[in-house]
Amino acid sequence: MKQRLVVIGAGMASGRVLEHLTDAAPDAFDITLFNAEPCGNYNRIMLSPVLSGEKTYEEIVTHDDAWYAARGIACRFGEKVEKIDREMKVVEGDNGHVPYDKLVIATGSTPFMIPLPGHDLEGVIAYRDLEDTQRMMGMGPDNKVVVIGGGLLGLEAAAGMAAHGVDVTVVHIMGHLMERQLDEAAGHLLKKSLEDKGIKICLQANSKEVLGEDGKVRALLLDDGTKLPCDLLVMAVGIRPNTALAQEAGLATGRGIHVDDQMLTSDTDVYAVGECVEHDGEVFGLVAPLYDQAKVAAQSLLEEEAAFVQKTLSTKLKVTGCDLFSAGDFADGPGREDIVFRDPSRGVYKRLVIEEDRLVGAVMYGDTADGSWFFGLIKDGTSIEEMRETLIFGPAYQGGDTADPLSAVAALPPEAEICGCNGVCKSEIVEAINAGAGDLGAVRANTKASASCGTCTGLVEQVLQVTLGDAFQLPTAQPICGCTDLKHEDVRRLIKGQELKSQAAVWQELGWKTLDGCHVCRPAINYYLLADWPLEYQDDPQSRFVNERKHANIQKDGTFSVVPRMWGGITTPDELRAIADAADKYDVPTVKVTGGQRIDLLGVKGEDLPAIWSDLNQAGLVSGHAYSKGLRTVKTCVGTDHCRFGTQDSTGLGIKLEKILWGSWTPHKLKLAVSGCPRNCAEATCKDIGVVCVDSGYQISIGGAAGMDVKETELLCQVPTEEEATEVVMAVTQAYREGGKYLDRLYKWLGKVGMDWVKAQVVDDVENRAALVARFELSQSIYRKDPWAEHVKEKAQTYAPIADFTLEAAE
Amino acid sequence: MSWIDIGHIDEVPLRGARLVKTHIGCIAVFRTAEADVYAATNSCPHNGGPLSEGIVHGQSVTCPLHNWVFDLNTGEAQGADDGRITTYPVRLEDGRILLDDGAITRRSAA
Repeated sequence: MKQRLVVIGAGMASGRVLEHLTDAAPDAFDITLFNAEPCGNYNRIMLSPVLSGEKTYEEIVTHDDAWYAARGIACRFGEKVEKIDREMKVVEGDNGHVPYDKLVIATGSTPFMIPLPGHDLEGVIAYRDLEDTQRMMGMGPDNKVVVIGGGLLGLEAAAGMAAHGVDVTVVHIMGHLMERQLDEAAGHLLKKSLEDKGIKICLQANSKEVLGEDGKVRALLLDDGTKLPCDLLVMAVGIRPNTALAQEAGLATGRGIHVDDQMLTSDTDVYAVGECVEHDGEVFGLVAPLYDQAKVAAQSLLEEEAAFVQKTLSTKLKVTGCDLFSAGDFADGPGREDIVFRDPSRGVYKRLVIEEDRLVGAVMYGDTADGSWFFGLIKDGTSIEEMRETLIFGPAYQGGDTADPLSAVAALPPEAEICGCNGVCKSEIVEAINAGAGDLGAVRANTKASASCGTCTGLVEQVLQVTLGDAFQLPTAQPICGCTDLKHEDVRRLIKGQELKSQAAVWQELGWKTLDGCHVCRPAINYYLLADWPLEYQDDPQSRFVNERKHANIQKDGTFSVVPRMWGGITTPDELRAIADAADKYDVPTVKVTGGQRIDLLGVKGEDLPAIWSDLNQAGLVSGHAYSKGLRTVKTCVGTDHCRFGTQDSTGLGIKLEKILWGSWTPHKLKLAVSGCPRNCAEATCKDIGVVCVDSGYQISIGGAAGMDVKETELLCQVPTEEEATEVVMAVTQAYREGGKYLDRLYKWLGKVGMDWVKAQVVDDVENRAALVARFELSQSIYRKDPWAEHVKEKAQTYAPIADFTLEAAE
Repeated sequence: MSWIDIGHIDEVPLRGARLVKTHIGCIAVFRTAEADVYAATNSCPHNGGPLSEGIVHGQSVTCPLHNWVFDLNTGEAQGADDGRITTYPVRLEDGRILLDDGAITRRSAA
């Protein structure tokens, strides 16, 4: 006969117990699941991405009704358990009792609410469940919120709301943020990054009283008399295990429900897992040990040998732009030594704590790529004597290897943990792959690796690659070319991270397999270098496709086309005369009007280019960059100047934008348009960046295209003034320049980073927008100039043959 | 074999090329390294693309029209493409680039 199993609480830990049980022995138990909340299990640690808008609630549900149904689990959701009768072996719910042979208690924890005067006012909440998350998502730019608690959860809550434009203040009692995971220096860098996002932070601040009005929260009063007004007060100061039910049933409890290494309570038929338990004096809040407990409990229920062991934990913060990692023990102490690396300009800090030739702790901020490698060294207690001098530079520098992420993954021992959330080590993933899991989805389904917070996705893919070799093709990201195994994203990251400022440095430091690249990687690397180091790196014409090297478009017969710029599509009789004269003088066979509102002279001989440019320059005409991966044109309609429907000066704005953006290099071509009213005569909604003027301002939308793919733009924002519109356009352009993969049009980049991210960067975060604009301006101080004039002056002779024997022979 | 001086190596950009015009067609002179030059026909056998406008890498050049890649030592097309460009003897002497006279006059003299 089947045993009867009752589970109290549908959370992450018990959800995992049920998965293990029903996978390993689908017919072993008749299962009843009680949950006080009226829904099943969702991934609680992903509430922060839901709050910041990066995910939806539906995406974080891990077990839906169908899942429970398929496994024959009887769900008693929305029903509170009144009592456990251990004598009768019965669980008493609101709607009747259920007998059990085995019981699993997973009642979780309750957020701790500081009993300040006024803590029960309306608008004082914790950060625990979906309801809290929705309350916070309801806040907008007109709201003020105070978060008490500068730990992991409090900061994720603060950052999530700040991303929606909410005025957020974090109140923390300690001297630096996340003091349990970070040291002072890293805490300082974290504080700076968060302040850059517009979050105010009060340290060493003691809360005294919650002030209210008509039963609603109005402000938080601090010890020193400071009053922080708020519409919502979030307490994120810790959790308390829920032990009441267990305690009433007479089970042994302390801070939590006492369990042994098999997750068994003081009753041999009752197990407990998750945040409600106390094991060896510890209680648990992070997800990784909960999953370990779940596995052990499931195995114990199936009478398999298993023991829960507490492990060193590592921490990452899920806040975009705050890259931190900490693991192990990093307190100062006798016999302990530090290795510290700082790069103030990049905001990078790394500290390793060493005791007797073993790494015992690591704290990193700003560049955490090597985190899992250090974590492995800590957990394994590897002797670092041999590599001590270069240890801080990470695995890439050990054993003379180059910075190949694959070799680092290949070098990881089988027991190295890949997925911290689910406690999945490399060997489990390799086993799954060898058993037929050939892609990321299959590995996730079989091992759970990268299925929770997802930060280890890249690592899992690399394990796939190492295990399957050529049989595994990364679905989206391929190496740049045959010269390297690195992807575009890796190279961009390493160029910044290792401050590589020349092509030679890239080839050398990143282990290029060829002497000096090829026609595929050279233009990409040249672009990345000039975009990341505008002052230090000099553009290399020899790494450019002929069109960009010669500032003209090569045609199929080897001649070129010449397109002078017409700012915003406006020209003059004098300019038209100069173009006509040039066409006559250089026997231009074809003169064509382009789609970008200017005139194309097709069929110019290569050696005539400097001369025709010189003539056009005389009339004030400059390069139209019709050949570049950079700004092409800003198309306009006539706007308020002539049109009876025009709402703003679209032509004027178009010309301004073109004068600001011209000459800038971007990952792929960049086309803009400004329409004077929603009739949209300039076709702004199929451009990379389009502006549509309306009575109340300027609607800026991005990510359009009208080429091989036809795309309509998506609205980024509406702004009231021309000045702000200009800034937003510059900031978006710079964000695309800094993040885009070479030869990805803006819409492809947008598809990767997501509109919410772009909005957060350039619309909501005004300081960040200003910083992007400043970096764009810095780059433009080099590139905003006419290459034609420069080539006429300095390079004209290179357009002619080095030697011409046809002339000599003619003499 | 007689050699004709066509110019100084500094007139050819590193990882770049310059053109030499002759009665029998254009010759591209490539500079693959500080002191390493090659000469070959300027015309790609595929569609006549101007090889002197291509990206020079290693001891190869990529045609700017359709990305055919040629080894400048042998003139052979690399990879899946099938074809060959004529190469010409060239050498460096005190920074001067010397091209085989025969390359310039061979066919017109015949």
